[in-house]
Amino acid sequence: MIPEIGQFSLILAFCFAIVQGTLPLVGVWKNKSALSNLAVPAARVQFVFIVLAFICLDYSFYANDFSVLYVASNSNSHLPLAYRLAALWGGHEGSMLLWVSILSVWTMAVTIFAKSLPDSFRVRLIAVMGMVSIGFLAFILFTSNPFERLIPAALDGRDLNPLLQDPGMVFHPPVLYMGYVGFSVAFAFAIAALMDGRLDITWARWTRPWTTVAWVFLTLGIAFGSKWAYYELGWGGWWFWDAVENASFMPWLVGTALIHSLAVTEKRNAFKVWTVLLSICAFSLSLLGTFLVRSGVLTSVHAFATDPRRGIFILLYLVVVIGGALLLFAWRAPKVGLGEKFDVVSRESMLLTNNVVLVAAAGSVLLGTLYPLLMDALGAGKISVGPPYFDAVFVAIMAPGLFLMGLGPLAKWKKASLPEIGMRLRVAALISVVSAMLIPLIMGKLTLMTAVGVFMGIWVISTSLILLRNRIKSRQLAMPNKLENIKGIPLAFYGMLLAHLGIGVFILGVTLVKGYESEQDLRMEKNDVAKAGNLTFKFEGTQEIVGPNYMSTEGTFAVTSNGNLIAVLKPEKRFYPVQGSVMTEADISPGVFKDLYVSLGEPLENGAWSVRIYIKPFVQWIWAGCILMALGGGLALTDRRYRILNKRAVNEVQALHEAFEAWVE
Amino acid sequence: MKKLLIIFLLISSSAFAGEAKPLGDDPVIEARLKTLSQDLRCLVCQNTTLADSSAPLAEDLRQEIRKLMREGKSDQEVVDYLVARYGDFVRYRPPVNNETALLWFGPFLLLIIGGFVLYRALKKQAGSDDIKAEDL
Amino acid sequence: MGRMIKFLLPFALFVVAVGFLAKGLFLDPHEVPSPLVGKPAPKFQAPILSDTGKVFNSEDMKGQVWLLNVWSSWCGACREEHPILMAMAKTGQIATYGLDYKDTDKEAQAVLDANGNPYKAIATDVDGKIGIDYGVYGVPETYVIDKAGIIRYKQIGPITEENLLTKIVPLLKELQR
Repeated sequence: MIPEIGQFSLILAFCFAIVQGTLPLVGVWKNKSALSNLAVPAARVQFVFIVLAFICLDYSFYANDFSVLYVASNSNSHLPLAYRLAALWGGHEGSMLLWVSILSVWTMAVTIFAKSLPDSFRVRLIAVMGMVSIGFLAFILFTSNPFERLIPAALDGRDLNPLLQDPGMVFHPPVLYMGYVGFSVAFAFAIAALMDGRLDITWARWTRPWTTVAWVFLTLGIAFGSKWAYYELGWGGWWFWDAVENASFMPWLVGTALIHSLAVTEKRNAFKVWTVLLSICAFSLSLLGTFLVRSGVLTSVHAFATDPRRGIFILLYLVVVIGGALLLFAWRAPKVGLGEKFDVVSRESMLLTNNVVLVAAAGSVLLGTLYPLLMDALGAGKISVGPPYFDAVFVAIMAPGLFLMGLGPLAKWKKASLPEIGMRLRVAALISVVSAMLIPLIMGKLTLMTAVGVFMGIWVISTSLILLRNRIKSRQLAMPNKLENIKGIPLAFYGMLLAHLGIGVFILGVTLVKGYESEQDLRMEKNDVAKAGNLTFKFEGTQEIVGPNYMSTEGTFAVTSNGNLIAVLKPEKRFYPVQGSVMTEADISPGVFKDLYVSLGEPLENGAWSVRIYIKPFVQWIWAGCILMALGGGLALTDRRYRILNKRAVNEVQALHEAFEAWVE
Repeated sequence: MKKLLIIFLLISSSAFAGEAKPLGDDPVIEARLKTLSQDLRCLVCQNTTLADSSAPLAEDLRQEIRKLMREGKSDQEVVDYLVARYGDFVRYRPPVNNETALLWFGPFLLLIIGGFVLYRALKKQAGSDDIKAEDL
Repeated sequence: MGRMIKFLLPFALFVVAVGFLAKGLFLDPHEVPSPLVGKPAPKFQAPILSDTGKVFNSEDMKGQVWLLNVWSSWCGACREEHPILMAMAKTGQIATYGLDYKDTDKEAQAVLDANGNPYKAIATDVDGKIGIDYGVYGVPETYVIDKAGIIRYKQIGPITEENLLTKIVPLLKELQR
């Protein structure tokens, strides 16, 4: 019964999406308010029905209803509750439902928080999001229905993939999708603006907070995924440039470019066409990612089970949405005015150079991801493109951008002087060069890669701190009280500072862990001892334990330094009987300066085990950096300046615009 | 009796704190294997390196690599050996040739062209007063 | 008008990308084509199944067109392929030799006893080394080798009626001339 209610809810949601995506646009075009007023109610009702469908499916998981095929394929009665509920997005059909649910959450948010937008614009915005929803709901209803029945019902389910039975599963997909799907709002803003013909500072000011929120979620989502892989997969890796990882990273790169481009557009009313194009591209990359992951076109450890029918459907959908958006762009963009001028050397131009770097970097990721397909399609043979390519090309392209990060924020708006910036950054350059020599030597060895990496990380951090110091100094005259001075600096500035510091921390983490991590593959019997640096790892044996749906052999390792016990690690080798799979559960002792990481390999003779012991210096800085970035974005959002214009100002703008229209007629 | 006790203690104490032994007989070869196999692809997996895969074919290929290294083959010779049998697909580092020129150099080209286009657009808009996007 | 063209550039790039993606839907990203096609078949000598002492030498095959079918007793798809191999053997016009890959003589012989033996002879590759030389990455795989000992075609996966009639048989006809 419940699954049928869910199914019916989806159908109703689909109907309301069609209403939301079409009639209001006609209403704005033909000036029929009866039609355009349908947008908000249709969106809200659609939200209710989608949430209802989501609840029905999750209830089926909760109640172990194995007469639903999707539940039987992804769950099991012994699966702990949290994972039973999270299993909803463990497979293709359910994750599509999650996609569309999050889209409806964003749409709902737009109906609530975008009240200060002019009505016609807001209606167009909601209608465009409705169009996106139509496609996804159709996809679910016609090719990927999670409510399909299994008759006769299974006695028990096939269980969730043990790799996914982890807290990471509860957080990573929803947070990631909030970001991924959230770029649909920026997309809708761009399309609405192109339809409207109205592209100005206020448009940038409205778009910016929505884009930033999506970006924050995406940053966190990617960070969660990376951290989860690190501790789950057992060999200490945290990024593999796998197709699905790249599918989330490309929108992030373009989204970062978009945030910076919006700053220029908002300040100078300039490069609007470019900003609009970026808005379209960010979400297009999200859609492309959805296609790549589910069509079977690329190989990936994360890929969902594939079906060519689904691939064709999504591709057609891409053609309609992205193709339509780009055609609209080609038609309406040329006439857009250019706005205020600024010098060739200025903060604006540096922000735009950042864009060129980020877009080229995104291009390298896209090219690397699609190249095997490209070559195969052209009959030029089969190749693989993996980390050696991406590490080399992506880093090489980003390097100039990272260097520029030090200069940009110090450059004045409209007209800046490179020599002057150089003067202010002398100290940062010195600190960075010295650190680039010293830190690698302290860590153990100096190589070109580690020196360059440390230079970049320290450069970004030190230039950010100099920026802060200069800002405080420049206000000293007007505000001699240091505390008041600091408190008076806009939050958006602190947000940017924090986000940039996050990047520096991230770079240091990546450089130091890649340059100085150590790995040992050992054979250890009970009471055997292994040495890593000045640490001693003693294998104290194993014991058998039983979990809710698995059996496990747990090893105990005592880690001492100069005789003092600093950690006890208990890695496990788990056997999940339902799927018959064996999982390696590493145990990690995280630390600010290094992680201790132990995983069990295979049991050998005499009760011995093959064991992997890793020392990972500064690896936590990778995710700490990402969290700082996200916090920075969040902080910037709280700044009044970037929130929507207050209602009075908007009304004035609206009134003026209407008067102008009346005069034109 | 005391002598026996002392001998017994000496033997058993060494049994208490053994040193963990590295897996694989030759640490130099193991290290080379690890580095090399991280850039090679497991042919039967979804997207995993030869170093990390537990598939039987991956195990066989790792053994084969060890054998080749013991015979004195260099890293490049080992890679060539595998490529001769499985094609370029087995390398995660794509070759640099005419077909992959776009892959390796395209992004840099994009960077340079993008920078150039931006520079031109910046100059034009800095200099003029009333132009539209299409004029750039 | 020329100015408008550059705004169509994103759309044009998108269309090209879609073209490739569409083509990609019909390709198999898992399939690893063999670089050995057009090259001499790697020489090997291996014990013949269940015939102690006798050795199969690939060099002896020169002068005839033959198929090397890599199979094993633990491979499910090989069972599917088996009836077609039997039919091919029945025609008397196709010489199929087997390479028993990473298997035991006992289990391999059991499968042949139960389902029939379509092979003229079977070489055994217990440790998979011959397989590596041939670039085998899964079973079953079949190589078509010509009179001069050059590999002319590799069938990845089981031989089906379709690929037999459209690819293998025409090639064999051509090579026999």
